[in-house]
Formats: sequence, C-alpha cells, structure tokens
Amino acid sequence: MQIFPGFTNFARSLGAQGVLFFQVLARLHHIPKRRAFVSAQLYGAGNKVLHVVLLVSFVMGMVLSLQTGLVLADYGQQDQVGIVVAVTMAREMGPFITAIILSATVGSALAAEIGTMAVSDELSALEVLSVDKISFIVMPRVVALILMAPVLTIFADTMGIVGGGFVARSQLGVSAPLYYDSALESLRQLGGLVAVPKDVYGGLMKSMVFGGVVAIISCAEGLRTRGGALGVGDATRTAVRDSIIAIIIVNYFITWFLYQN
Amino acid sequence: MTQAIRNQRKPDVLSSGPVPEDVSIRFDKVYKAFGTKKVLNGLSLDVKRGEALILMGPSGTGKSVTLRHAIGLLTQDSGDVWVEGHDMARITAPELFNLRKRMGYLFQEGALINWMSVADNVALPLVENSDLSPSEVEQRVREKLDLVHLEGVWSEMPSEISGGMKKRVGLARALITEPELILYDEPNAGLDPEISQSINHLIREVSDTLGITSMVITHMVSCVRTVADRVVLLDEGKVIVDAAPDDFLNHDHPRLRRFLGQDPD
Ligand SMILES: Nc1ncnc2c1ncn2[C@@H]1O[C@H](COP(=O)(O)OP(=O)(O)OP(=O)(O)O)[C@@H](O)[C@H]1O
Ligand SMILES: [Mg+2]
Repeated sequence: MQIFPGFTNFARSLGAQGVLFFQVLARLHHIPKRRAFVSAQLYGAGNKVLHVVLLVSFVMGMVLSLQTGLVLADYGQQDQVGIVVAVTMAREMGPFITAIILSATVGSALAAEIGTMAVSDELSALEVLSVDKISFIVMPRVVALILMAPVLTIFADTMGIVGGGFVARSQLGVSAPLYYDSALESLRQLGGLVAVPKDVYGGLMKSMVFGGVVAIISCAEGLRTRGGALGVGDATRTAVRDSIIAIIIVNYFITWFLYQN
Repeated sequence: MTQAIRNQRKPDVLSSGPVPEDVSIRFDKVYKAFGTKKVLNGLSLDVKRGEALILMGPSGTGKSVTLRHAIGLLTQDSGDVWVEGHDMARITAPELFNLRKRMGYLFQEGALINWMSVADNVALPLVENSDLSPSEVEQRVREKLDLVHLEGVWSEMPSEISGGMKKRVGLARALITEPELILYDEPNAGLDPEISQSINHLIREVSDTLGITSMVITHMVSCVRTVADRVVLLDEGKVIVDAAPDDFLNHDHPRLRRFLGQDPD
C-alpha cells in the first residue's frame, strides 16, 4: 500500500525530467547568448569539486590496486596490477566517482538554489518579466555540467592510476616503471571519433551522460519546489537520491551499449 | 459550478462583448481555493483604464492572490478574470507573453534574482526583451534607481541590501519597461515615512501618465490619500466596500471602521 504513492510520484518526476530534457535541447542555440552564465557555472562549480574528485579518486585507486593486487599476487601476477587499475578507472570508477561527487555537491546545490528561487517568488518574477527560465537558469547549468563531468573524469582517472601506483610499489613490490608501462599499454587501443584510448573514450561518453542526468534531475526537482524552506530541503534530498539511482541504472545501459561485442 | 456562475453574468455585459472598452481588468465572481482553504469567494471588481485602484484588507484575506490572478501567475477555480480584453483562463502562451510585456508587477518581497546585482536585476527585462544598447540600458537603469532614491546602489547583491531597499529595487525593475498596467503589492511596506511618502508620489505621478492603470495593495492611509482614485476593502475574499478615497476613509461600514482602527462610536 505504502509503495504506490512512491511510484506515482516517481512516474511524475520522470515525466517532468523528460519534458525538461527536451525543453533544454530546444534551447541549445541560446548557448552563445548565455555563454557568460555557462562559464560562471563551469568555473564556480568546477572549482568547488575538483579537490574532492582528486582526493576520492586517488584513494579509490589505492583501494583498487590493493584489492586486485592481492588476488593477482596469489597467482604471481601482481605485475599486471597497472592494467587492472587503469582499465577499471577509465571505464567505470573515474566516471562513476565523478558523477556521484557531482550529484552530492553540484546537483544538490542546483536543486537548493533553484528551489529557493521557486519559493521566494524569483521564478514567478522571471515569468512576469517574460524571461524564459529554462533558457535563463536551466540550460546554462545543464550545459556546464555536461562539459564539466568529462574534464573532472580525466582528473579522476589520472589520480586513480597514480594512487594505484603508490600502493603497487609500497605494498605489492611492483616497480613504478613496470606499473606505469603496463597501465599505459592497456589504454593504447584507440577508438571512437577522436584519437583517445577506447576505454577512456567510453568513460568520457559515460561521464557526459551522467553530468546531464544529474543536472536535469536536480533542476527539475528545484523547479518543482513548493512550500518554503522545508520544500527546499525536500527538493535537495530527492534530487541527490534520484540522481544516484539514475546514474547507477543509466551506467548499466551505457556499459551494455559500449561493450556489448 | 463554473457553468452556474457564468450563466449569472449580467445581460448588459453579454450584449456589449466580454468587457467594456474602458475596463482594463475585470474580476467576475472569482473563486479560488488552495486545497480546502477558500481564499477568493466570488470576488467581483472592475478596474477602469487609467485608474489607480487601491486594494486594502486584513492580512491573509487574498489581496496578493487577487493580484497574481491579474498577471496569470494563478488561475481561478471558477468565475472570470479579464485583463485588457484577454480571458486569463484561456489566454495562449504568446498572448500572455505579449500582455506581460505591457505589465509591471512589484512582488511583496521584492523577488530580486539573488545571484544578480541590483543593476542587473533592474536591467533584466530590457536585456532580455529589448534591442536597447548596453549604454541605453545603463542610462535607463540609473534613471529608475534615482526615481526610487537608490542613486548610489548599483553593484550590491540583493543579500547585501535592506528589505526596504529590495522593495525599491523591485519597483525600479517593475517600472523600467514603462508598462501601461502596473500591479504593486505593498509598495511602501517596510519603508520609512519619508521615503514611503515619496514612493506614493512616484506611484501617483506614474499613474497620472496618460492611460496607465494601477492596482495598489497597501495598509497605509497615507498611500490611500496620495495615490487612490478609488479604494476597495477586501474581506474574506470578497469586496465589501468600494468607494472614492474620501468616502472610503469616512465610510461607516462597521468592518471598515474596525479595520481602520476606529470604532464606530
Ligand atoms: N500558493 C499558495 N498555496 C497555498 N496557499 C496560499 C498560496 N498563496 C496564498 N495562499 C493562502 O491564501 C491566503 C491569502 O494569501 P494572500 O497572500 O493573498 O494574503 P494577503 O491578503 O496578501 O495578506 P498580506 O496582507 O499579509 O500580504 C493565505 O491564507 C495564504 O496562506
Ligand atoms: Mg500579500
């Protein structure tokens, strides 16, 4: 019985997010006019999360290296640890860590910011002034997040591999040149439209989609906000929760799409 | 319900088209509830073109809700709202867009965009919807900020200025497009007496410009004296007194006497 309101609510937000996605698409040609907003978002939000991404991915790389290194060592294969860390970071962990961090920091802030605008009549003011709020508020934020996510992912991939290298040398006795050679070797296979390693390319595609998903969900929740500070709290919580769920589900489908054969 | 109310419309109104030429805003038996809370209970009110109408009434009686209907931020449950010949329940998005370009709205709390400076807030309607050059926009912004006595305020953020200043920035923003129809939600609440009186004079001056229609919500008798052509008292979502300012202030309706803080005897 309790589950049904949850599901109708879920369907309703999914609908709102879908509509918002197409509304944003239809306003992409406003990017030149809004470029100041886009770059303000990029700079503002990017600055606030970069250190988090660096730290978390560094430690994640260490954990990855240690866990897989110990298993590989059982078979005397610890020299291969660089390959595992590099491929896992590029394909999965880099984009995923970045997306989760973006949703918890930038996404929650988006929902709170837009939610506050909704409850303090600022969105009504835009409406009354005949200012298109999708073009004015949502589109620049969505574009900024889609651009920001892959850049942060490259940092995450790099830091993860470096973190793994530390552990490989200190805990597994794999020399740095050996580790980095094998790591880079594994990413040598190029693919995609531009000449980047196929695994990195796939990961960056993923992270752009994740960035868009986080931005759309967070903005949609912000726009729907009603009822004062409590409503803003609600919007923020829902935005982060739904973004994380969506990232995990979407991740499966993109992975399946990119690596099915 | 809706149908029953529509059928009760006065025959002379039906025969002369939806709304007479000289009526700018018409509320016709408007009902509005939020959930189970009834706010407007059959509100009927005409605002003539060129008139300055003042809306008074106890807090929470639906004054702001009334004003929001006139600019399409809320839609009535039943009854009709007409603005400049448009039926607000059936208005299309482009019509509403064009209608709003001719209107100004001052929100009760100012509703400034919190991440834009004062000057950018005031300039916003011009930057978004006009072809004016940046220097022309700046000129106009300066002009309007001077009008509301905020000469030195320019690059401050809304969070850095007082409530009364926000109100005046909101007023400058509402006036910058030089609208024909201006809705003010408590323009002088929270202002000191001197500035409040000068804002009253500003509103009066603006409404004296040919053809400008104003609706003003206020709790201040000084505003009634300076601004009003006509005053209505709203109570429990209905008009209970509708009179010229002098008659209004001396009216012997017991609810009005109580509202103005003077017992009848
Ligand atoms: N969006 C809304 N959702 C639910 N209730 C609302 C909404 N807007 C207004 N109300 C309710 O409608 C009633 C009238 O509100 P309104 O803001 O019009 O009062 P007001 O006459 O402007 O009062 P004040 O003089 O205090 O500004 C209030 O009880 C308010 O709680
Ligand atoms: Mg009010």
